[in-house]
Amino acid sequence: MTAPFDLTDDSVVVIIGTGAGGGVLANELAQKGVSVVALEAGGRYLPEDYINDEWESFGQLAWLDARTTSGDWRVADDFSGLPAWIVKAVGGTTTHWAGASLRFQDHEWKAATNYGPVQGANLLDWPIDPREMDDYYTKAEDKLGVTRTGGRAGLPGNNNYKVFEAGAKALGYTEVHTGRMAINSAENDDRLACQQTGFCFQGCKWGAKWSAAYTDIPRGEATGNLEVRDRAHVLKIEHDASGKVTGVLYADKDGNQHLQKARVVCVAGNSIESPRLLLNSASSMFPDGLANSSGQVGRNYMRHMTGSVYATFDKPVRMWRGTTMAGIIQDEARHDPSRGFVGGYELETLALGLPFMAAFLDPGGWGREFTTALDSYENMAGMWIVGEDMPQETNRITLNHDVTDQYGLPAPNVHFDDHPNDIAMRNHAYQQGIAVYEAVGATRVFPTPPYPSTHNLGTNRMSENPRDGVVNTHGQTHDIANLFVSDGSQFTTGAAENPTLTIVALAIRQADHIAGELGRGNL
Amino acid sequence: MSKEPQKLTRRALLAQGIAVGSAFVVGAGYVAGSSAAWAMEVAHLQPATMATLIQMARDIYPHDRVADDYYAAAVKAYDNADQAPVIEAGITALNAAAVGAGFSSYVGTGWERDRVDILRGIEDSPFFQMIRGGLVTGLYNQKAVWPQFGYEGESFSKGGYIDRGFNDINWI
Ligand SMILES: Cc1cc2nc3c(=O)[nH]c(=O)nc-3n(C[C@H](O)[C@H](O)[C@H](O)COP(=O)(O)OP(=O)(O)OC[C@H]3O[C@@H](n4cnc5c(N)ncnc54)[C@H](O)[C@@H]3O)c2cc1C
Ligand code: SF4
Repeated sequence: MTAPFDLTDDSVVVIIGTGAGGGVLANELAQKGVSVVALEAGGRYLPEDYINDEWESFGQLAWLDARTTSGDWRVADDFSGLPAWIVKAVGGTTTHWAGASLRFQDHEWKAATNYGPVQGANLLDWPIDPREMDDYYTKAEDKLGVTRTGGRAGLPGNNNYKVFEAGAKALGYTEVHTGRMAINSAENDDRLACQQTGFCFQGCKWGAKWSAAYTDIPRGEATGNLEVRDRAHVLKIEHDASGKVTGVLYADKDGNQHLQKARVVCVAGNSIESPRLLLNSASSMFPDGLANSSGQVGRNYMRHMTGSVYATFDKPVRMWRGTTMAGIIQDEARHDPSRGFVGGYELETLALGLPFMAAFLDPGGWGREFTTALDSYENMAGMWIVGEDMPQETNRITLNHDVTDQYGLPAPNVHFDDHPNDIAMRNHAYQQGIAVYEAVGATRVFPTPPYPSTHNLGTNRMSENPRDGVVNTHGQTHDIANLFVSDGSQFTTGAAENPTLTIVALAIRQADHIAGELGRGNL
Repeated sequence: MSKEPQKLTRRALLAQGIAVGSAFVVGAGYVAGSSAAWAMEVAHLQPATMATLIQMARDIYPHDRVADDYYAAAVKAYDNADQAPVIEAGITALNAAAVGAGFSSYVGTGWERDRVDILRGIEDSPFFQMIRGGLVTGLYNQKAVWPQFGYEGESFSKGGYIDRGFNDINWI
C-alpha cells in the first residue's frame, strides 16, 4: 500500500509536517498521482490510542521541545517555556483541535485596504481574491464534513451551549448557533456521529471529529503515492549552487541522520517550527536563512486576540459534558471601528476539565478567591474569545542561541507584545462575554487571560510584493521556486475566525498549483 | 472491617501526638491526619516538616470539602533525598516568618487568615512558587479528588454523554 521511496529519489515532493496544512497537501498531491514523502517529527496515534485525560494526553501528544518566550504577553510570565500548544504527531494539531471551521469574511482578505493605516501594525492585503476562495472553501468543508454547510445538520447544543445561547439571546444577539464544526452530527464519510464524550481537545476516540491523522493521511497512503515517515524530525533544508532546494536532512527515531532528496520541498511545521527551520537552514549563500531576502521570515507572528470568560451560577451546568466548542456568537465578528478597534471577534463555547481549569483559570492564583471558583466548577459555564490580532514586525520567532534542542539546534524564541488594538478588542470582548452570563444570572464571572497559543500564524506571510513577505499567492517562496510554505505561517493577516478551515482550503489550492506546475515541467 | 484495629492504634497514637494544624505528627517517621483515616511514612523529611507542608498546601488551595489525604498525596513526592533539604529550609523560613509575626510556629496560628498573611509575605519566593506550582497538578490531577468537585473525568468507557445528560439542565 504505502510506497517507500528511496532517499536518493530526487523526483519526490517532500512535505515537512503532517498537520492541517501538510497532511492535507500530502493527500491531495497523492490523489493527483504526485510522489510524496512526508516527514513528521511525531509518532502515529489513532483513536484507540488517544487518552481522555487532560495532562496524560498532553504528555502523549504535545510538542515539548525547548522553546523560550519574551515580550509583554502574560504567557511569557505564566508559561515561559510553553508559548504554544501544538501537537507533535502524525496529523499534527488536528488531533487536538476543537473543530470550529469558519470561512473568512470578505473584508478580512484585504485588511490593509479595509482597516486603513493602524499605527504599529504591519497590515497587508492577502494577494488572493476572496471569490477565488469560494470553491476551495466548499471543498474544504466537504472534506472536513463541516456542520451547517453542504446540507449537513448542526450539532445538538450541550449544557454549556444552553447557558451561552440563553445569555446571548437575552442580550439581543442574533447570530447564535452550535457552530460550523468539523464534527459529524450524523454518520458521514465512514466516521461516526459525535457521542458527546467531551474530550475533543484530547483526540476524538470515536473519530467523529475530523483529523488528518485518520482521514487524509491513510487515504493518501492508500494511493501508493504517499510515504509518511513518522518520528522523522527535519533539521535542515539543503540547496545547490543555483539556489534551488535539493533535499532535507532529518533525524530518525534513533537520532540517526538521513538526507532525503527532493524535487520540491513544502514546509508545514506550524508557525513556530516553519520559520525556525528556514532560519536554521542558513548557508553561505543565504546567511539570513532560506527565503529570507525580505527579512520577514519569523516576523508578524500572530496568535489571535484571545481570552476566556467563565462564570458560575447557582445551579449546575456540567459544561464538560459534550462537545468542547460547539457554540458560537458571531454578532461581534464584523468590522466596526465605532467599538474602538478594527476587525472583530467571535465568542465560542469552551469547556475545560478540572485539571486544566486549575492550571488556566488564573495562572499563579491561589487562596480562597481562586479555590472558591473551583468549588463551583460543577456550576460553571465557559466561552472562548477569538479575534483578529494585528501583525507586528517585532512579534517574531528568532533563534535563541543560548538554548538548544535535543539535536543541538538553537531553540525558537517567541516574542509577543499585545498591540493596543488587541487590548481594546479583548476588553470589549470581556465586557460582552460577562454581559452574556450576567444576563442569565451569573453569580460570579472570570475574565480569564490567554492560554499558550493554539493558533499560530503569519511568520512566513504571503505578499504580492517580495519585499513585504516570504511567499506568493500560492505559498511558493519569493526567493526559491521549488520551496513552498504550506501551513498557517502563510497567513498575511489572521482574520477573526479559527484558522484551520482556511489552512486546509489553501492546501487544496496549493496542491492544484504544484501538480499543475509539475505537469507543465516548471518545477 | 479488618482495618479497624489499625485505625484505633492510630487514634491512640494521635492522642499522644503533637498537634500541628490539621495534620498530626505521630511518632518517629509518621504523619497522620486528624481524621485518622490516613497516615504516611516520611523517609527524608522531618515529620513536623511534612505536617507543616501539608498545612501550607491546604492554605494555598483551601477546599473545605477535600480531606487532608489529598493534600498529603499532593506533596508526598518532596520526601526524597534530593529535595528534602530545600523543603526543610523552606519550612524553617516559613516558621521563622510566623515567629516574626508573633506566633509560636506556622501551624501554631489559629486562623487561616494569619497563615495567609504569612504566605503573602513569601509568595514571590522560589520555595512558595515551587510548592504552589506543584500543587496545580499534584492536587487537581488526582482522579480520586475529582468527585469532590463534581468532575466526572473520561466518559468514553460509558459511551459518552449522548444518552447520559449532555443537555440535561432545565433551569435555563
Ligand atoms: C487545543 C486546540 C484547539 C484548537 N481548536 C481549533 C478549532 O476549533 N478551529 C480551528 O480552526 N483551529 C483550532 N486549533 C488550531 C489548529 O489546530 C491549527 O491551526 C492547525 O492544526 C495548524 O495547522 P498547521 O499545518 O499550521 O500545523 P500543525 O497542525 O501543528 O502541524 C504541524 C506538524 O509539523 C510537525 N513538525 C514541526 N516541525 C517539524 C520538523 N522540523 N520536522 C518534522 N515535522 C515537524 C509537527 O510535529 C506537527 O505534526 C486548535 C488548536 C489547539 C491546540
Ligand atoms: S464530544 Fe464528540 S467530537 Fe468531541 S471528542 Fe467526543 S465524540 Fe468526539
